[in-house]
Amino acid sequence: MHLTAENLSARRGEDLLFRNVSFELGTGKALVVTGRNGSGKSTLLRVVAGLLRPETGTVRWSSKDAEVGTRACEACHYLGHRNAMKPELSVRENLLFWKRFFGDFEGGHGLSVGEAADAVGLGGIVHLPFGYLSAGQQRRMAFAKLMVSYRPVWLLDEPTAALDSAAESVLTDLIKDHLHGGGMIMAATHQPLGLDNPQELAMTGFAGLGEEAW
Amino acid sequence: MIALLLRDLKLSVRAGGGALIGVLFFTAVVAVVPFGVGPDLNLLSRIGPAIVWIGALLSALLGLDRMFQTDREDGSLDLMLMQEHPLALTVLMKCLAHWLGHGLPLVIASPLLGLFMNMEETAIGATMATLLVGTPALTFIGAVGAAVAVALPRGGLLVSILVLPLAIPVLIFGVSATYAAVEEPAPFLPPFLILVAITMFFAVLGPFGAALALRNADD
Repeated sequence: MHLTAENLSARRGEDLLFRNVSFELGTGKALVVTGRNGSGKSTLLRVVAGLLRPETGTVRWSSKDAEVGTRACEACHYLGHRNAMKPELSVRENLLFWKRFFGDFEGGHGLSVGEAADAVGLGGIVHLPFGYLSAGQQRRMAFAKLMVSYRPVWLLDEPTAALDSAAESVLTDLIKDHLHGGGMIMAATHQPLGLDNPQELAMTGFAGLGEEAW
Repeated sequence: MIALLLRDLKLSVRAGGGALIGVLFFTAVVAVVPFGVGPDLNLLSRIGPAIVWIGALLSALLGLDRMFQTDREDGSLDLMLMQEHPLALTVLMKCLAHWLGHGLPLVIASPLLGLFMNMEETAIGATMATLLVGTPALTFIGAVGAAVAVALPRGGLLVSILVLPLAIPVLIFGVSATYAAVEEPAPFLPPFLILVAITMFFAVLGPFGAALALRNADD
């Protein structure tokens, strides 16, 4: 299984935000995207997730039993800044909906809602409306959403925002488990996630392009 | 996909869902008309079907802008765009849920409002039947408008204005079918069947148009 990006560039307004970004992710590999605020980390993740159209370049998914025409984003979970959960519904309803809506990508199975909530250490509060949870608990539940259905690639945008150090280590363990199970991670983050030898991709933003971008 | 239908239905009846707001607005619009035109029962029963239809049209426009906006605000829309199932199918399910949550209550409330307007039983029945087949078209047309305006903050009024011209044929054939049911020489079936055709046409075109707009709504 490979996620390959070739010569990606993306535009924000008039200017190119980054240019010719290429990387390849293999089974069990992690890629950490670093850089200052506004350097294009989130934009790169959104391009890989298929939510922004790249100016140039392609993102491809290849595996031996992939159907022809599988878009790369279909193999990905995307955890953005927003949690994609409804405050009016209970946590269980939210997770159950996403489990059914996502379905499983070929090659794996998702956890049940209860198991996923236990995995992020919040098994006891799935009956509460999502809106009643604290910001950190909401973030952890959004993370549980990644586990209720199987996707080989996790795209994580600031996954540890609003988390205390205990929750952070729980998430790091979950990320490591995902990698050991043959998954892939691409994370934009300021904090070190405690991974062993991740590939690094430093984003430089507008400044790195030099004069010619203008 | 059924999961999406159930979730959206749950959301529309829970707090802030707005399913009841549409019915209340519908009731308010129709209920003030007798006070405005005076207690002329013949006049009321003559304009009744038109007033009920206009009220239903305006209430149907009311909740349209939230169709995709709430999902966009909390990031759910991003995840829906990434999935394997065709986006048009996802939109179709959201339309069905929206109609069940917002359109069907209007149909159910219409007989009561028909009584306010001193309408005969046949006219009430015909209004209900035309609303039943006509309001889904409003939802499907509205889905395109809601998808176009999804990236705009406060796009609510814009959606209504975008959608209104396309909704006019629905209104025309809905009202003329209702009048045809009461007034003798005109046949009921032709305008009614055209209304059904409009609904089926937009049931196909609407989800594809909305899906196209959502794909291109990236900021």
